[in-house]
Amino acid sequence: MALTEPILAVRDLNAWYGESHVLHGIEFEVHRSECVSLLGRNGAGRTTTLRSILGLTDRRTGRVCVFGEDTARWPTHRIARLGVGFCPEERGIFSALTCEENLMLPPVLKNSQMAMSVEEIYEIFPNLYERRRSPGMKLSGGEQQMLALGRILRTGASLLLLDEISEGLAPVIVQTLARAIKRLKSKGYTILLVEQNFRFAAPLSDRMLVIEHGQVVETINRSELGEKMPRLQELLGV
Amino acid sequence: METIFGVPLNAFAGQLVLGLVNGCFYAILSLGLAVIFGLLNVVNFAHGAMYMLGAYLAYVLLTMFGVPYWASLAIVPIAVGILGVVLERAFLQWLYKLDHIYGLLATFGLATIIEGLMRAQFGVSGQRFPVPEALTGATNLGFMMVPTYRIWVVAASLLACFVVWLLIERTRLGATLRAGTQNPKLVAAFGVNVPLLVMCTFGAGVGLAAFAGVLAAPLVQINPLIGQSLTITVFAVVVIGGMGSIVGSVVTGLALGVVEGVTKIFYPEASATVVFLVMVLVLLLRPAGLFGKGN
Repeated sequence: MALTEPILAVRDLNAWYGESHVLHGIEFEVHRSECVSLLGRNGAGRTTTLRSILGLTDRRTGRVCVFGEDTARWPTHRIARLGVGFCPEERGIFSALTCEENLMLPPVLKNSQMAMSVEEIYEIFPNLYERRRSPGMKLSGGEQQMLALGRILRTGASLLLLDEISEGLAPVIVQTLARAIKRLKSKGYTILLVEQNFRFAAPLSDRMLVIEHGQVVETINRSELGEKMPRLQELLGV
Repeated sequence: METIFGVPLNAFAGQLVLGLVNGCFYAILSLGLAVIFGLLNVVNFAHGAMYMLGAYLAYVLLTMFGVPYWASLAIVPIAVGILGVVLERAFLQWLYKLDHIYGLLATFGLATIIEGLMRAQFGVSGQRFPVPEALTGATNLGFMMVPTYRIWVVAASLLACFVVWLLIERTRLGATLRAGTQNPKLVAAFGVNVPLLVMCTFGAGVGLAAFAGVLAAPLVQINPLIGQSLTITVFAVVVIGGMGSIVGSVVTGLALGVVEGVTKIFYPEASATVVFLVMVLVLLLRPAGLFGKGN
Protein backbone atom coordinates (compact mmCIF):
# COMPACT_ATOMS: atom_id res chain seq x y z
CA MET A 1 0.00 0.00 0.00
CA ALA A 2 2.84 2.36 0.87
CA LEU A 3 4.29 1.92 -2.62
CA THR A 4 1.71 4.25 -4.13
CA GLU A 5 1.80 7.99 -3.67
CA PRO A 6 -0.34 8.89 -0.64
CA ILE A 7 -3.61 10.75 -1.22
CA LEU A 8 -2.87 12.76 1.90
CA ALA A 9 0.58 13.30 3.42
CA VAL A 10 0.94 15.43 6.52
CA ARG A 11 4.45 16.42 7.58
CA ASP A 12 5.44 18.37 10.70
CA LEU A 13 2.02 20.01 10.89
CA ASN A 14 1.72 22.73 13.52
CA ALA A 15 -1.50 24.69 13.97
CA TRP A 16 -2.70 27.53 16.12
CA TYR A 17 -6.01 29.02 17.23
CA GLY A 18 -5.13 32.59 18.13
CA GLU A 19 -2.21 32.31 20.56
CA SER A 20 -2.98 28.71 21.37
CA HIS A 21 -0.52 26.25 19.78
CA VAL A 22 -2.66 23.12 19.28
CA LEU A 23 -0.75 20.81 16.90
CA HIS A 24 2.93 20.09 17.50
CA GLY A 25 4.34 18.36 14.44
CA ILE A 26 1.66 15.90 13.33
CA GLU A 27 2.89 13.35 10.74
CA PHE A 28 0.91 10.69 8.89
CA GLU A 29 -0.13 9.46 5.47
CA VAL A 30 -3.38 8.17 4.05
CA HIS A 31 -3.40 6.04 0.89
CA ARG A 32 -6.08 5.51 -1.73
CA SER A 33 -9.16 3.60 -0.48
CA GLU A 34 -7.80 3.53 3.05
CA CYS A 35 -9.87 4.40 6.08
CA VAL A 36 -7.69 5.90 8.80
CA SER A 37 -9.04 6.92 12.19
CA LEU A 38 -7.68 9.62 14.44
CA LEU A 39 -8.37 8.62 18.01
CA GLY A 40 -7.58 10.43 21.22
CA ARG A 41 -8.99 12.17 24.24
CA ASN A 42 -10.95 15.43 24.06
CA GLY A 43 -8.65 18.34 23.32
CA ALA A 44 -5.87 16.11 21.95
CA GLY A 45 -5.98 17.86 18.56
CA ARG A 46 -7.94 15.43 16.35
CA THR A 47 -10.51 17.93 15.09
CA THR A 48 -7.81 20.57 14.69
CA THR A 49 -5.86 18.13 12.52
CA LEU A 50 -8.83 17.77 10.15
CA ARG A 51 -9.50 21.49 10.13
CA SER A 52 -5.88 22.39 9.50
CA ILE A 53 -5.72 20.01 6.51
CA LEU A 54 -8.31 22.33 4.95
CA GLY A 55 -6.63 25.50 6.21
CA LEU A 56 -9.47 26.27 8.61
CA THR A 57 -7.25 27.05 11.58
CA ASP A 58 -5.99 30.57 12.26
CA ARG A 59 -2.42 29.58 11.35
CA ARG A 60 -0.57 26.45 10.30
CA THR A 61 2.96 25.46 9.31
CA GLY A 62 4.42 22.28 7.86
CA ARG A 63 3.46 20.38 4.72
CA VAL A 64 0.03 19.11 3.82
CA CYS A 65 0.15 17.30 0.48
CA VAL A 66 -3.29 16.50 -0.94
CA PHE A 67 -3.34 14.40 -4.13
CA GLY A 68 0.37 15.23 -4.47
CA GLU A 69 -0.08 19.01 -4.19
CA ASP A 70 1.50 20.89 -1.30
CA THR A 71 -1.45 22.93 -0.08
CA ALA A 72 0.17 24.59 2.92
CA ARG A 73 -0.31 28.08 1.49
CA TRP A 74 -3.54 27.48 -0.38
CA PRO A 75 -6.88 29.03 0.56
CA THR A 76 -9.52 26.61 1.85
CA HIS A 77 -11.74 26.63 -1.24
CA ARG A 78 -8.81 25.69 -3.48
CA ILE A 79 -7.88 22.72 -1.29
CA ALA A 80 -11.51 21.55 -1.29
CA ARG A 81 -11.58 21.69 -5.09
CA LEU A 82 -8.82 19.09 -5.26
CA GLY A 83 -11.49 16.62 -4.14
CA VAL A 84 -11.65 16.96 -0.36
CA GLY A 85 -15.03 16.64 1.35
CA PHE A 86 -15.41 17.83 4.93
CA CYS A 87 -18.07 16.75 7.40
CA PRO A 88 -17.65 18.98 10.47
CA GLU A 89 -18.27 17.86 14.03
CA GLU A 90 -21.24 20.21 14.41
CA ARG A 91 -22.55 18.87 11.06
CA GLY A 92 -22.82 22.34 9.57
CA ILE A 93 -26.39 22.03 8.36
CA PHE A 94 -27.64 25.43 7.26
CA SER A 95 -30.85 26.17 9.11
CA ALA A 96 -31.94 28.75 6.53
CA LEU A 97 -31.93 26.11 3.76
CA THR A 98 -34.10 23.07 3.16
CA CYS A 99 -32.70 19.54 3.28
CA GLU A 100 -32.41 19.42 -0.52
CA GLU A 101 -30.92 22.94 -0.72
CA ASN A 102 -28.29 21.81 1.78
CA LEU A 103 -27.65 18.73 -0.34
CA MET A 104 -27.29 20.76 -3.53
CA LEU A 105 -25.22 23.54 -1.96
CA PRO A 106 -21.59 22.46 -2.53
CA PRO A 107 -20.50 22.79 -6.14
CA VAL A 108 -19.73 19.58 -8.02
CA LEU A 109 -16.03 19.16 -8.81
CA LYS A 110 -14.98 19.36 -12.43
CA ASN A 111 -13.87 16.08 -14.04
CA SER A 112 -14.75 14.03 -10.97
CA GLN A 113 -15.55 10.35 -11.49
CA MET A 114 -16.83 9.96 -7.94
CA ALA A 115 -19.75 12.44 -7.89
CA MET A 116 -22.93 10.69 -6.75
CA SER A 117 -26.30 11.67 -8.10
CA VAL A 118 -28.97 12.88 -5.71
CA GLU A 119 -30.87 9.63 -6.42
CA GLU A 120 -27.86 7.55 -5.35
CA ILE A 121 -27.59 9.57 -2.13
CA TYR A 122 -31.29 9.10 -1.43
CA GLU A 123 -30.78 5.38 -2.03
CA ILE A 124 -28.05 5.26 0.63
CA PHE A 125 -30.02 7.50 3.02
CA PRO A 126 -33.74 7.05 2.27
CA ASN A 127 -34.69 9.28 5.23
CA LEU A 128 -33.29 12.26 3.36
CA TYR A 129 -35.68 11.73 0.45
CA GLU A 130 -38.66 11.81 2.79
CA ARG A 131 -37.37 14.97 4.47
CA ARG A 132 -36.10 16.73 1.35
CA ARG A 133 -38.46 19.71 1.69
CA SER A 134 -37.94 20.16 5.44
CA PRO A 135 -35.86 23.08 6.72
CA GLY A 136 -32.39 22.09 7.92
CA MET A 137 -33.21 23.00 11.50
CA LYS A 138 -36.19 20.61 11.60
CA LEU A 139 -34.09 17.50 10.87
CA SER A 140 -33.17 15.09 13.64
CA GLY A 141 -29.51 14.67 14.63
CA GLY A 142 -29.25 11.47 12.62
CA GLU A 143 -30.84 13.00 9.55
CA GLN A 144 -28.52 15.97 9.82
CA GLN A 145 -25.53 13.65 9.94
CA MET A 146 -26.73 11.72 6.90
CA LEU A 147 -27.27 15.00 5.10
CA ALA A 148 -23.79 16.25 6.03
CA LEU A 149 -22.29 13.06 4.60
CA GLY A 150 -24.55 12.94 1.55
CA ARG A 151 -23.77 16.57 0.79
CA ILE A 152 -20.06 15.93 0.24
CA LEU A 153 -20.69 12.73 -1.73
CA ARG A 154 -22.60 14.71 -4.35
CA THR A 155 -19.57 16.94 -4.98
CA GLY A 156 -17.41 14.10 -6.23
CA ALA A 157 -14.85 14.51 -3.45
CA SER A 158 -12.86 11.30 -3.05
CA LEU A 159 -10.97 12.18 0.14
CA LEU A 160 -13.51 12.44 2.96
CA LEU A 161 -12.64 14.12 6.25
CA LEU A 162 -15.29 13.00 8.73
CA ASP A 163 -15.34 14.52 12.19
CA GLU A 164 -17.12 12.59 14.97
CA ILE A 165 -19.96 11.50 12.73
CA SER A 166 -21.32 8.96 15.24
CA GLU A 167 -21.43 11.39 18.15
CA GLY A 168 -24.72 11.60 20.00
CA LEU A 169 -26.65 9.39 17.58
CA ALA A 170 -28.96 6.44 18.21
CA PRO A 171 -27.33 3.01 17.65
CA VAL A 172 -29.50 2.30 14.62
CA ILE A 173 -28.30 5.50 12.93
CA VAL A 174 -24.69 4.72 13.85
CA GLN A 175 -25.11 1.34 12.14
CA THR A 176 -26.50 3.03 9.02
CA LEU A 177 -23.50 5.36 8.94
CA ALA A 178 -21.08 2.45 9.45
CA ARG A 179 -22.69 0.60 6.52
CA ALA A 180 -22.43 3.74 4.40
CA ILE A 181 -18.72 4.14 5.19
CA LYS A 182 -18.01 0.50 4.33
CA ARG A 183 -19.83 0.98 1.04
CA LEU A 184 -17.87 4.16 0.28
CA LYS A 185 -14.59 2.45 1.08
CA SER A 186 -15.42 -0.39 -1.27
CA LYS A 187 -16.14 2.17 -3.97
CA GLY A 188 -12.64 3.60 -3.65
CA TYR A 189 -13.16 6.59 -1.36
CA THR A 190 -10.31 7.52 0.97
CA ILE A 191 -11.53 8.33 4.45
CA LEU A 192 -9.94 10.11 7.38
CA LEU A 193 -12.17 9.62 10.37
CA VAL A 194 -11.96 11.50 13.65
CA GLU A 195 -13.64 9.42 16.32
CA GLN A 196 -13.97 9.03 20.03
CA ASN A 197 -16.21 6.01 19.62
CA PHE A 198 -13.60 3.26 19.35
CA ARG A 199 -16.24 0.55 18.77
CA PHE A 200 -17.50 2.47 15.73
CA ALA A 201 -14.07 3.27 14.32
CA ALA A 202 -12.22 -0.02 14.85
CA PRO A 203 -14.14 -2.27 12.41
CA LEU A 204 -14.03 0.42 9.70
CA SER A 205 -10.38 1.44 9.96
CA ASP A 206 -7.31 0.06 8.24
CA ARG A 207 -5.16 2.02 10.67
CA MET A 208 -5.74 3.98 13.82
CA LEU A 209 -3.58 6.90 14.88
CA VAL A 210 -3.72 7.99 18.47
CA ILE A 211 -3.18 11.69 18.99
CA GLU A 212 -2.11 13.21 22.26
CA HIS A 213 -0.99 16.78 22.95
CA GLY A 214 -1.03 17.59 19.24
CA GLN A 215 1.20 14.71 18.16
CA VAL A 216 0.70 11.19 16.81
CA VAL A 217 1.84 9.00 19.70
CA GLU A 218 0.80 5.59 18.39
CA THR A 219 -0.05 3.97 15.08
CA ILE A 220 -2.01 0.73 15.15
CA ASN A 221 -2.70 -1.35 12.06
CA ARG A 222 -5.85 -3.40 12.08
CA SER A 223 -3.81 -6.62 12.28
CA GLU A 224 -2.06 -5.36 15.43
CA LEU A 225 -5.25 -4.43 17.22
CA GLY A 226 -5.36 -7.42 19.57
CA GLU A 227 -1.75 -7.17 20.59
CA LYS A 228 -1.80 -3.39 21.11
CA MET A 229 -5.17 -3.21 22.83
CA PRO A 230 -3.72 -2.63 26.34
CA ARG A 231 -1.66 0.27 25.02
CA LEU A 232 -4.72 1.68 23.23
CA GLN A 233 -6.83 1.45 26.36
CA GLU A 234 -4.10 3.18 28.30
CA LEU A 235 -4.03 6.03 25.76
CA LEU A 236 -7.78 6.41 25.37
CA GLY A 237 -8.82 5.68 28.95
CA VAL A 238 -9.82 8.55 31.19
CA MET B 1 -65.94 66.21 -1.11
CA GLU B 2 -65.22 62.76 0.31
CA THR B 3 -63.05 62.70 3.40
CA ILE B 4 -61.16 60.14 5.48
CA PHE B 5 -60.83 61.06 9.17
CA GLY B 6 -61.70 64.62 8.13
CA VAL B 7 -58.95 64.73 5.47
CA PRO B 8 -59.98 65.17 1.81
CA LEU B 9 -59.61 61.86 -0.05
CA ASN B 10 -57.38 63.42 -2.71
CA ALA B 11 -54.94 64.82 -0.16
CA PHE B 12 -54.93 61.52 1.73
CA ALA B 13 -54.29 59.45 -1.40
CA GLY B 14 -51.65 61.94 -2.56
CA GLN B 15 -49.70 61.58 0.68
CA LEU B 16 -50.07 57.81 0.52
CA VAL B 17 -48.56 57.71 -2.96
CA LEU B 18 -45.78 60.07 -1.89
CA GLY B 19 -45.15 57.84 1.12
CA LEU B 20 -45.12 54.77 -1.10
CA VAL B 21 -42.55 56.37 -3.42
CA ASN B 22 -40.33 57.25 -0.45
CA GLY B 23 -40.94 53.76 0.90
CA CYS B 24 -39.66 52.30 -2.39
CA PHE B 25 -36.37 54.16 -1.95
CA TYR B 26 -36.17 53.01 1.67
CA ALA B 27 -36.87 49.44 0.55
CA ILE B 28 -34.29 49.32 -2.21
CA LEU B 29 -31.60 51.04 -0.13
CA SER B 30 -32.23 48.95 2.96
CA LEU B 31 -32.27 45.82 0.80
CA GLY B 32 -28.71 46.60 -0.33
CA LEU B 33 -27.67 47.31 3.24
CA ALA B 34 -29.27 44.08 4.47
CA VAL B 35 -27.53 42.00 1.81
CA ILE B 36 -24.17 43.57 2.68
CA PHE B 37 -24.67 43.21 6.42
CA GLY B 38 -25.94 39.67 6.06
CA LEU B 39 -22.84 38.36 4.30
CA LEU B 40 -20.07 40.80 5.22
CA ASN B 41 -21.17 41.76 8.74
CA VAL B 42 -20.34 45.31 7.74
CA VAL B 43 -22.62 48.18 8.68
CA ASN B 44 -22.09 50.10 5.48
CA PHE B 45 -22.38 53.77 6.30
CA ALA B 46 -21.19 54.64 2.78
CA HIS B 47 -24.45 53.32 1.30
CA GLY B 48 -26.01 56.77 1.13
CA ALA B 49 -22.89 58.11 -0.58
CA MET B 50 -23.25 55.38 -3.22
CA TYR B 51 -26.87 56.39 -3.76
CA MET B 52 -25.70 60.00 -4.20
CA LEU B 53 -22.94 58.87 -6.60
CA GLY B 54 -25.57 57.02 -8.63
CA ALA B 55 -27.64 60.16 -9.03
CA TYR B 56 -24.58 62.29 -9.87
CA LEU B 57 -23.18 59.79 -12.34
CA ALA B 58 -26.52 59.71 -14.19
CA TYR B 59 -26.46 63.53 -14.21
CA VAL B 60 -22.87 63.68 -15.51
CA LEU B 61 -23.53 61.04 -18.16
CA LEU B 62 -26.56 62.98 -19.38
CA THR B 63 -25.14 66.49 -19.31
CA MET B 64 -21.58 65.77 -20.49
CA PHE B 65 -22.00 62.72 -22.72
CA GLY B 66 -25.65 62.82 -23.66
CA VAL B 67 -26.26 59.33 -22.24
CA PRO B 68 -30.03 58.98 -21.78
CA TYR B 69 -31.75 58.06 -18.52
CA TRP B 70 -32.61 54.54 -19.68
CA ALA B 71 -28.99 53.71 -20.49
CA SER B 72 -27.91 55.18 -17.15
CA LEU B 73 -30.27 52.82 -15.34
CA ALA B 74 -28.07 49.98 -16.59
CA ILE B 75 -24.64 51.65 -16.75
CA VAL B 76 -24.60 53.48 -13.41
CA PRO B 77 -25.29 50.54 -11.07
CA ILE B 78 -22.54 48.56 -12.81
CA ALA B 79 -20.05 51.45 -12.65
CA VAL B 80 -20.77 52.24 -8.99
CA GLY B 81 -20.82 48.49 -8.23
CA ILE B 82 -17.27 48.25 -9.64
CA LEU B 83 -16.25 51.18 -7.44
CA GLY B 84 -17.77 49.29 -4.50
CA VAL B 85 -15.69 46.22 -5.39
CA VAL B 86 -12.53 48.37 -5.42
CA LEU B 87 -13.41 49.87 -2.03
CA GLU B 88 -14.17 46.43 -0.60
CA ARG B 89 -10.83 45.03 -1.76
CA ALA B 90 -8.88 48.11 -0.70
CA PHE B 91 -10.46 48.79 2.70
CA LEU B 92 -13.21 46.53 3.96
CA GLN B 93 -11.72 43.07 3.44
CA TRP B 94 -9.27 43.76 6.28
CA LEU B 95 -12.04 44.50 8.75
CA TYR B 96 -14.27 41.41 8.59
CA LYS B 97 -12.66 39.71 11.58
CA LEU B 98 -12.93 42.82 13.73
CA ASP B 99 -15.86 44.25 15.65
CA HIS B 100 -18.72 45.85 13.64
CA ILE B 101 -17.67 49.26 14.85
CA TYR B 102 -14.52 49.22 12.68
CA GLY B 103 -16.50 48.59 9.51
CA LEU B 104 -18.98 51.26 10.51
CA LEU B 105 -16.23 53.82 11.17
CA ALA B 106 -14.35 52.94 7.98
CA THR B 107 -17.45 53.27 5.80
CA PHE B 108 -18.44 56.46 7.61
CA GLY B 109 -15.00 57.84 6.76
CA LEU B 110 -15.35 56.72 3.14
CA ALA B 111 -18.77 58.38 2.91
CA THR B 112 -17.35 61.63 4.27
CA ILE B 113 -14.47 61.55 1.77
CA ILE B 114 -16.76 60.78 -1.18
CA GLU B 115 -19.21 63.52 -0.18
CA GLY B 116 -16.34 65.98 0.29
CA LEU B 117 -14.92 65.19 -3.14
CA MET B 118 -18.32 65.64 -4.76
CA ARG B 119 -18.84 68.90 -2.90
CA ALA B 120 -15.46 70.17 -4.13
CA GLN B 121 -16.35 69.21 -7.69
CA PHE B 122 -20.03 70.19 -7.92
CA GLY B 123 -20.63 72.58 -5.01
CA VAL B 124 -23.60 72.28 -2.68
CA SER B 125 -26.34 73.69 -4.88
CA GLY B 126 -28.75 71.14 -6.30
CA GLN B 127 -28.62 69.95 -9.91
CA ARG B 128 -31.76 69.20 -11.86
CA PHE B 129 -32.19 66.00 -13.83
CA PRO B 130 -35.08 66.06 -16.30
CA VAL B 131 -37.79 63.43 -16.17
CA PRO B 132 -37.37 61.19 -19.24
CA GLU B 133 -39.80 62.17 -21.98
CA ALA B 134 -41.69 58.89 -21.98
CA LEU B 135 -42.52 59.33 -18.30
CA THR B 136 -43.56 62.98 -18.21
CA GLY B 137 -47.09 64.04 -17.35
CA ALA B 138 -49.61 62.46 -15.03
CA THR B 139 -51.65 59.28 -15.05
CA ASN B 140 -55.24 59.12 -13.91
CA LEU B 141 -55.70 56.27 -11.43
CA GLY B 142 -59.44 56.86 -11.25
CA PHE B 143 -59.43 58.36 -7.78
CA MET B 144 -56.47 60.68 -8.29
CA MET B 145 -53.89 61.94 -10.76
CA VAL B 146 -50.35 60.71 -10.13
CA PRO B 147 -47.16 61.85 -11.89
CA THR B 148 -46.28 59.03 -14.30
CA TYR B 149 -42.65 59.07 -13.20
CA ARG B 150 -43.65 58.26 -9.61
CA ILE B 151 -45.66 55.27 -10.82
CA TRP B 152 -42.56 54.13 -12.73
CA VAL B 153 -40.41 54.52 -9.59
CA VAL B 154 -42.79 52.33 -7.58
CA ALA B 155 -42.95 49.69 -10.32
CA ALA B 156 -39.20 49.65 -10.98
CA SER B 157 -38.35 49.50 -7.27
CA LEU B 158 -40.78 46.69 -6.57
CA LEU B 159 -39.47 44.79 -9.58
CA ALA B 160 -35.86 45.27 -8.43
CA CYS B 161 -36.76 44.09 -4.92
CA PHE B 162 -38.60 41.06 -6.33
CA VAL B 163 -35.67 40.13 -8.58
CA VAL B 164 -33.23 40.38 -5.66
CA TRP B 165 -35.56 38.32 -3.45
CA LEU B 166 -35.91 35.72 -6.21
CA LEU B 167 -32.14 35.58 -6.67
CA ILE B 168 -31.46 35.15 -2.97
CA GLU B 169 -34.33 32.87 -1.98
CA ARG B 170 -34.85 30.74 -5.08
CA THR B 171 -31.49 30.12 -6.74
CA ARG B 172 -28.38 28.05 -6.02
CA LEU B 173 -26.34 31.24 -5.87
CA GLY B 174 -28.77 32.65 -3.32
CA ALA B 175 -28.60 29.45 -1.27
CA THR B 176 -24.81 29.73 -1.26
CA LEU B 177 -25.09 33.36 -0.17
CA ARG B 178 -27.47 32.47 2.65
CA ALA B 179 -25.22 29.63 3.73
CA GLY B 180 -22.24 31.99 3.55
CA THR B 181 -23.93 34.38 5.98
CA GLN B 182 -24.34 31.51 8.45
CA ASN B 183 -20.98 29.74 8.19
CA PRO B 184 -18.51 31.22 5.67
CA LYS B 185 -15.68 28.86 6.69
CA LEU B 186 -17.73 25.76 5.98
CA VAL B 187 -18.91 27.18 2.66
CA ALA B 188 -15.24 27.70 1.75
CA ALA B 189 -14.59 24.09 2.76
CA PHE B 190 -17.12 23.09 0.09
CA GLY B 191 -14.91 24.71 -2.54
CA VAL B 192 -16.74 28.04 -2.78
CA ASN B 193 -14.50 31.06 -3.20
CA VAL B 194 -16.01 33.04 -0.33
CA PRO B 195 -13.85 36.19 -0.72
CA LEU B 196 -15.02 36.43 -4.35
CA LEU B 197 -18.62 35.89 -3.25
CA VAL B 198 -18.27 38.60 -0.62
CA MET B 199 -16.70 41.01 -3.10
CA CYS B 200 -19.46 40.48 -5.66
CA THR B 201 -22.15 40.80 -2.98
CA PHE B 202 -20.75 44.12 -1.84
CA GLY B 203 -20.61 45.28 -5.47
CA ALA B 204 -24.23 44.19 -6.01
CA GLY B 205 -25.44 45.87 -2.81
CA VAL B 206 -23.71 49.09 -3.74
CA GLY B 207 -25.06 48.77 -7.29
CA LEU B 208 -28.59 48.63 -5.84
CA ALA B 209 -27.94 51.90 -4.02
CA ALA B 210 -26.75 53.46 -7.28
CA PHE B 211 -29.86 52.13 -9.05
CA ALA B 212 -31.97 53.90 -6.43
CA GLY B 213 -29.89 57.03 -7.03
CA VAL B 214 -30.67 56.99 -10.76
CA LEU B 215 -34.37 56.42 -10.04
CA ALA B 216 -34.35 59.33 -7.59
CA ALA B 217 -32.41 61.72 -9.85
CA PRO B 218 -35.47 63.26 -11.56
CA LEU B 219 -37.31 63.59 -8.22
CA VAL B 220 -34.68 65.39 -6.15
CA GLN B 221 -32.28 68.29 -6.41
CA ILE B 222 -29.05 66.33 -6.81
CA ASN B 223 -26.48 67.49 -4.26
CA PRO B 224 -23.64 65.81 -2.35
CA LEU B 225 -25.73 65.42 0.80
CA ILE B 226 -28.82 63.65 -0.54
CA GLY B 227 -27.47 60.33 0.60
CA GLN B 228 -26.52 61.51 4.06
CA SER B 229 -30.06 62.47 4.98
CA LEU B 230 -31.40 59.13 3.76
CA THR B 231 -28.74 56.96 5.39
CA ILE B 232 -29.98 57.42 8.95
CA THR B 233 -33.60 56.68 8.03
CA VAL B 234 -32.58 53.64 6.00
CA PHE B 235 -30.56 52.30 8.91
CA ALA B 236 -33.63 52.65 11.09
CA VAL B 237 -35.57 50.68 8.45
CA VAL B 238 -32.96 47.90 8.49
CA VAL B 239 -33.00 47.74 12.29
CA ILE B 240 -36.82 47.62 12.38
CA GLY B 241 -36.94 44.95 9.68
CA GLY B 242 -34.23 42.87 11.34
CA MET B 243 -30.53 43.20 10.50
CA GLY B 244 -29.73 41.10 7.46
CA SER B 245 -33.36 40.16 6.68
CA ILE B 246 -34.15 40.56 2.98
CA VAL B 247 -37.93 40.36 3.28
CA GLY B 248 -37.81 42.50 6.43
CA SER B 249 -35.99 45.30 4.62
CA VAL B 250 -38.43 45.45 1.73
CA VAL B 251 -41.64 45.16 3.75
CA THR B 252 -40.45 47.57 6.44
CA GLY B 253 -39.13 50.07 3.90
CA LEU B 254 -42.44 50.24 2.06
CA ALA B 255 -44.50 50.26 5.26
CA LEU B 256 -42.46 53.02 6.91
CA GLY B 257 -42.67 55.18 3.79
CA VAL B 258 -46.45 54.92 4.01
CA VAL B 259 -46.43 55.53 7.78
CA GLU B 260 -44.33 58.65 7.19
CA GLY B 261 -46.75 59.81 4.48
CA VAL B 262 -49.81 59.31 6.69
CA THR B 263 -48.10 61.09 9.60
CA LYS B 264 -47.54 64.07 7.30
CA ILE B 265 -51.31 64.37 6.94
CA PHE B 266 -52.26 64.19 10.58
CA TYR B 267 -49.26 65.59 12.41
CA PRO B 268 -46.64 66.92 9.98
CA GLU B 269 -44.25 67.94 12.78
CA ALA B 270 -43.75 64.25 13.65
CA SER B 271 -43.21 63.00 10.09
CA ALA B 272 -39.43 63.22 10.30
CA THR B 273 -39.27 61.38 13.62
CA VAL B 274 -42.03 58.78 13.32
CA VAL B 275 -39.63 56.22 11.82
CA PHE B 276 -37.35 56.51 14.84
CA LEU B 277 -40.30 56.30 17.21
CA VAL B 278 -41.29 53.04 15.53
CA MET B 279 -37.68 51.87 15.81
CA VAL B 280 -37.64 52.49 19.57
CA LEU B 281 -40.93 50.63 20.01
CA VAL B 282 -39.77 47.68 17.89
CA LEU B 283 -36.44 47.44 19.71
CA LEU B 284 -38.26 47.42 23.04
CA LEU B 285 -40.71 44.73 21.99
CA ARG B 286 -38.63 42.70 19.48
CA PRO B 287 -34.93 43.53 19.82
CA ALA B 288 -34.02 41.41 16.75
CA GLY B 289 -36.41 43.42 14.57
CA LEU B 290 -39.74 42.43 13.02
CA PHE B 291 -38.25 39.79 10.71
CA GLY B 292 -34.91 39.18 12.45
CA LYS B 293 -33.81 35.75 13.70
CA GLY B 294 -32.28 37.16 16.85
CA ASN B 295 -28.65 36.06 16.60
